[in-house]
Parts: sequence; C-alpha cells; structure tokens
Amino acid sequence: MLFALTIILTCQLVGEVLVRGSGLPMPGPVIGMVLLLAILAIRGRFLPSTTVAEEAGSLETTSRGLLAHLSLLFVPAGVGVIEHLDVFATYGLALAASVVLSTVAALLATAVTFVAAARWFRAPGEEA
Amino acid sequence: MTQGTFALWVYLSRTPLLWLTVTLVAYLVADWISARTSRHPLANPVLHAIWSIDALLLATGTPYPTYFEGAQFIHFLLGPAIVALAVPLYEHRDTVARAAVPMLVALLVGSIVAMGSAVLIARAFGAPPGVLIALAPKSVTAGVAMGITEALGGDPALTAVLVILTGITGAVVVTPLMNRIRLRDFRARGFAVGLASHGIGTARAFQVDQIAGTFAGIAMGLNALLTAILVPLALALLVR
Repeated sequence: MLFALTIILTCQLVGEVLVRGSGLPMPGPVIGMVLLLAILAIRGRFLPSTTVAEEAGSLETTSRGLLAHLSLLFVPAGVGVIEHLDVFATYGLALAASVVLSTVAALLATAVTFVAAARWFRAPGEEA
Repeated sequence: MTQGTFALWVYLSRTPLLWLTVTLVAYLVADWISARTSRHPLANPVLHAIWSIDALLLATGTPYPTYFEGAQFIHFLLGPAIVALAVPLYEHRDTVARAAVPMLVALLVGSIVAMGSAVLIARAFGAPPGVLIALAPKSVTAGVAMGITEALGGDPALTAVLVILTGITGAVVVTPLMNRIRLRDFRARGFAVGLASHGIGTARAFQVDQIAGTFAGIAMGLNALLTAILVPLALALLVR
C-alpha cells in the first residue's frame, strides 16, 4: 500500500514538474497517468502476470481503492460553487442554457461519432 | 451550557476535523441513496453531497475557505486518483487500442461541438465576450480549464463554476440520453461523458461500467489537450 502510493505520488510529482517545465497545456496528474501506464507496461513485459496479481497493497488494489469513490473527490471543489453564484445573477439564463444544451450536444456528437467511426473503420481481425 | 456549546462550536468549526468529517458523512449518505435507487442518474452523489454541504455552510455562516481547510485532504486525492486511472487503462489496453480510430475522430468532433455550441448558445443569449471566454473550456477538467481562461484574459473563477456545473449536468443526463437514442456501446457512452464532463462524468461512468469508466478517463485526458489548442482558435472565429 505504502509502496504503491509512493509510486503513484512520484508519477504525479514528475508529471507536475514536466508540465511546469514545458508549459504543456495538460494537468500534471494526466502526465502522471501516462507515466504509470508506462511503468505497468514495462512491468508486464518482464514479470509474468501471475506474480503481480491481486495481493493486498499492490498497485492494482491501491488504484482501485482510490478510484472506488472518485465521485467523493469532486465534492470539496464543488462546494466552492456557492462562492461564485453571483455571476449567475447577471448572465444566469445565458450560462444555464449554454451549459445544459451544449453538454447534451457534446454527449450526442461524441457518442454518435464514436459509433459511426467504429463501424466505418473496423480494425483488422474484427468481425463485421 | 449555551456558552459551553458555543465554545465547543468555535473550537470545532476551526479544526479541519469537523469539515473533513462532514464531507465524508454527506457523501456517504448521498452515495447510500444513490445505491438504494440502483444508481439513478438524478441521485448523483456529487450533486447531493454538494448542495447539502452548501446548505450547512450557509446555515452556520461558515466561509468556504474554513470549510476547505478540512476538505482539502479529500481534494488532494484527486491528483493521485487521476494517475491511478492508468490501472484500468492498462487492464483494458487491447479494447482501447482497437478503438483508437473511433476515439480520435470522436475526440475531434466532440471537442469542437462542446466548445462551439457553448459559445454560440451563450452569444445568442447576449453574453459578452468576457463571459464567452470563461465558457469555452467548460468541458475540460478544472485545473486546465482555468489555465486556458486565464491565458486568454477571462475570469478563471467563473470557469471553475461552469466546469463543475457542466460536470454534474453531463453525469446526470448521460444515462437517460444514451438510453433514449438506444446507444448501447459502453465505449462510446464512456468516451462521450469523459469528453463532455471531465472527471465528474468519468466518476459517473465508473459507477455504470468499468469499460465506460476507462474510456471516459482517456477522453478526459485527450480533451484537455485538444481544447487547450482549439479554444484560442474557436474564440477568434466565434467571438466578434
């Protein structure tokens, strides 16, 4: 657990440093995710998957523990919305309409495009 | 007695312990209700935990910074949790690799629609350019979205609010919307909600399906990058 957490935090730290150093428009943790993915891939190459299975405290179980309540982690920032509700007094209707309609539009456009593209460009080996 | 209670309140309201515990309790209650309603979209635990804590802060006259001193310990875990998304991503790497082309096409279309429609709709309702700048990156995870707005001279605090509201909207709407159009591909559903509603959408996707959650996480990361590149372009075209 401690070891897994240290690896995860190290990935994030390196990610933050890289983002700040390069001015890349990415969140540090996303770069950290790519780094952890690379670590998993390298480990998968050199260790047979049976030895890295599901022992308690492994990277897998620790990550799953963090992700199990991903929703919870957005609550503290979400509560802060109350501090800025005054901007809605002026442009409330425009902002509410824009957020709701544009979110629906983005969901539909993305999902429909994904399905259509998956049908058009079938990867080799996949059946029709 | 009243004096004693008051002294206790003064003490408690200033320690991180109180608001940390309140956040956990509010979330557990909201999550319990969500589980009891078999994860009904309207019982979204983020939404209900947020307003109940806000109500408590208002009722007790507690300023947000005081609350955040306690809640920051939970907030901190957001970064490590995003790093941890690598684990489901690695587990489903074959499924992900096979969907590379649909993902990239959907990313491009979805990102443009998310930005373009937000700006055009708000403009039609008469919002000024300053507000449009803050609105454009609303589908992107908060840290990046605020950075984009700041770089373009908008108000990052407004962006933060819009990002959270967009996240909750997408998380609540995605399941009924996709059922309505009978779209059952969990890769596509997850990818859409991660793109449109960043982490809050990704959390919702993981509630529903592991594959959906994995694709949502990828979409969240990719859209952060693409939106940062496209927003200045979109604003140059759409904000006149």
